[in-house]
Order: sequence, then structure tokens, then C-alpha cells
Amino acid sequence: MEFTPNDAPAIEFRHVSYSLNNTHELVRDLNLTISRGETLVLLGRSGSGKTTTLKLVNHLLTPSAGEIVVDGRPLTEWDVIRLRRIIGYVIQEGGLFPHFTVGSNIGLVPKIEGWPATRIENRVRELLQLVGLSPDVAGRYPSQLSGGQRQRVGVARALAADPPFLLMDEPFGALDPLTRAELQTEFLALQNRLRKTIVFVTHDLREALLFGTRIALMEAGQLVAIGTKEEFEKSTHPFVVAYREAFRTQGGQP
Amino acid sequence: MNVWQFMLQNRLEVLDLTLEHLWLVGVSTLLSVLIGVPLGIWITRWPGLNKPILGTANVIQTIPSLAFFGFLLPAPWIGTRADRLAILALTLYALLPLIRNTCAGIKGVDPAVVEAGRGMGLTDRQLLFQVELPLALGVIIAGIRVATVISVGLATIAAAIGAGGLGEYIFRGLAMVNNSVILAGAIPAAAMALLADVGLGWLERKLSPN
Repeated sequence: MEFTPNDAPAIEFRHVSYSLNNTHELVRDLNLTISRGETLVLLGRSGSGKTTTLKLVNHLLTPSAGEIVVDGRPLTEWDVIRLRRIIGYVIQEGGLFPHFTVGSNIGLVPKIEGWPATRIENRVRELLQLVGLSPDVAGRYPSQLSGGQRQRVGVARALAADPPFLLMDEPFGALDPLTRAELQTEFLALQNRLRKTIVFVTHDLREALLFGTRIALMEAGQLVAIGTKEEFEKSTHPFVVAYREAFRTQGGQP
Repeated sequence: MNVWQFMLQNRLEVLDLTLEHLWLVGVSTLLSVLIGVPLGIWITRWPGLNKPILGTANVIQTIPSLAFFGFLLPAPWIGTRADRLAILALTLYALLPLIRNTCAGIKGVDPAVVEAGRGMGLTDRQLLFQVELPLALGVIIAGIRVATVISVGLATIAAAIGAGGLGEYIFRGLAMVNNSVILAGAIPAAAMALLADVGLGWLERKLSPN
């Protein structure tokens, strides 16, 4: 892909706000710098603005104020389609195309990018292996897969054209606890291998501590605290304490 | 003479009128698909057009068919041949179910799937042809099915302006107060509507995504 790493931060939010119909502010004056190769976890309760923040990065939403800079270039200067092709996007339950086979789902972006058929085929096989699925899953339809398998395919699809960025929106949220734990462990290994710049949205504190290079806590559209795992675990910020407490009393179950 | 004897005796004419009827319905349905589907897609892209376009199609549907055929008579080129006129009217009548179903079918596609596609960097055109239209196809075919069945019935009225078709028998039978003649027009028309319904229903199920 046409992507040349440089010294600029991977993603920057400069005084970014997003409001719906100019009335309700979903994200307010967000300032955030995400470094190359790090996994930034956006943590927060439902409606705190974390998913909105994620969608601002790949321009599914347009900020109403402020500026977002990806790879040293303001979003307004990017060709939106090119931008999205270098940003893998994983959503809850995969968002797979139900009328495409697993192979076609994974191979769609490479196909649009004009890869030759054999290269796509090899890439699909390689990716299925990477996410722990057997190659013969390629011929099946999403409806014939389990939730865990669909989620794996979702990750494989996002990685298809080897994008340097990855956006993940509660990718393991809809899974049963056992499958979730399994996928989390595998993703941790994958994360160490791939070294991509990842923005990961979750409401699960344990997941945040597991994956995050840094954790950003959001509340009511604002960034209330940001820091490394260690800083986060020691923080005395009232919101962070409240979040930790909520998890402790519930035995870690969100 | 009962209806079957009548149809047997006039089988060539029955066939002729049936073919005429098929022509009216077939051409008008094809035209309405060619106009209605793009319009249906269009109003999902420009929601502001939703009301005026669906509203117009709605109003057209409320015009009584006999009056509509009459209205169109003075139109240039169209009005000079009854079958053109009938095809135009039938096309306009079929637009509403087509526009509405195309629009509803596309809007009914799982928003998560559409967003995933957009997030992957599909262009609007790619999203439409690779994702939205294939997933909306079942609903669009359902619209074509409704439109076709309505057209088969409405086309019988086209005989009133001399456009031919199975309505000839119905109007002739009414004038002669002869039920056999009326039925000779009504039975093939009903059979045609049923066949279209079953056939397109089958296609609808086959093309609906699992």
C-alpha cells in the first residue's frame, strides 16, 4: 500500500469536538496523540464517546470542530477512500457481508486493489491461519460460522491488505466469556507480532489492561484520564478510581 | 355455450389477446424497473428527494385507471397508439412499489454491514453494487412481483382505449351480457397473474441472502 512511515505521530486529535445536529456534543475538545506502534485503548461506559472518537479517525464521522491528523497529514487533505484502505476496521460481531463467503469477505479489499487471484487466495489462506482458522472455512458463509469464528474472520478481513493502522470497536464484546478469553489471548500474541498502531475501544477494564500500551478513560464525551497501565492502576483520579472499583466489586465482570 | 367451449373455438384469438396482454405487462414492467430501481437508489442517496418522489408516485397510484388512460389520450406520439398509451400508464402505476421496495430494501441492509464496508474503504458505487443491491435484491424482486400482479389486472382496462389484451373479452362480454366471454378474458388473466406471482416469488426466495 502507498504508505511511507515518517516521524510524525500516527494519529493526533487537536481540539476535536463532534456534535449531532449542532446540539448534543458527543465528543468535546479532545486532545490526544497516538504514537506509531502503540495500542491505545479508549475505555469508558456506554455513551461516553469512545466509539464516536474511533469513527472520527477513519472519517466515518466528520468533526464539527478541531482537526485530526493521521500520519502527519490533516484528515481534510486525505482522500477518504485511500485513508480507509490503510486503516483496518474491526467491529463487534464482525460486520461480515452475509452474501459473501469467508474467502470473499477477506479478499474484498485486495480484489478492489487489483491483486491477482492467486495472490488473494494465498493471502486469504495465510490470514485464516493467522487468526486460527482452518483454510477450508474460506468457502463457507458467515451464517455457517460461530460467533467466535465470525469475529476471527472480521480481524482477518481488517488485516487483508496489511494496513499499518487498526481500529477495533469492542471486537470481543459479543462473545461468551470462554471464547472471549480465548480470542483475547490469541489477539495479544497477534498484536506483538504485527506491531500495528491500534486504537481499541472497550468498556472492559481487564481488556484495557491486557492490550493497552496506554489507556484513555472517557466520560461524557471528554477525555478524563490517560496513562500507561501502571499509571492507570495507581491513579487517584476520581473517575479512574470509580471505574476500578466498579470492576472490583463485580469480580471483573462488566 | 360455456367458457371452455368458447375458448376452444376461439383459441387463436385467445392466444393473440394473451400475447398482447403479455406484451403490455412485460414492456411496462421492464420500463418501470429501469426507471423505478434507479429512482429508489437515488432517494437513499438524497433523502430530501424521498418525499417528492414517493409522493408523486403515490398520487399517480390514486388516479383511477380508466381516467388515467383517458387523460393520456391527447399526449403527442404516445396518444397516437393505444398500446403505447397503455404501456405508459401501466409503467407509471408500477413505479410506486418499485421505488418504495428498492428504497426499503437498501435501507433495510444491516447498518453494521454497511458501516463495515464504508470503513474498509469501499467507494459509494462499490458499496452499492457489491453490498447494498445484492442484499436488497429479495425486497426489490418482491416489489417487481407486486407491480407485475397489479399490472396484469390493470392491463385488462387498457382494452377500453383499444389497446387490446384480454380486457377485450371482458368488455365485449360485458356489452353482450355474456359471462362465458367475460370469463374467457378473466381466466387467462388470472392465470397469468398467478403464474407471475409464483414465478417471481420463487425468484425472490432464491435471490434473498441467507
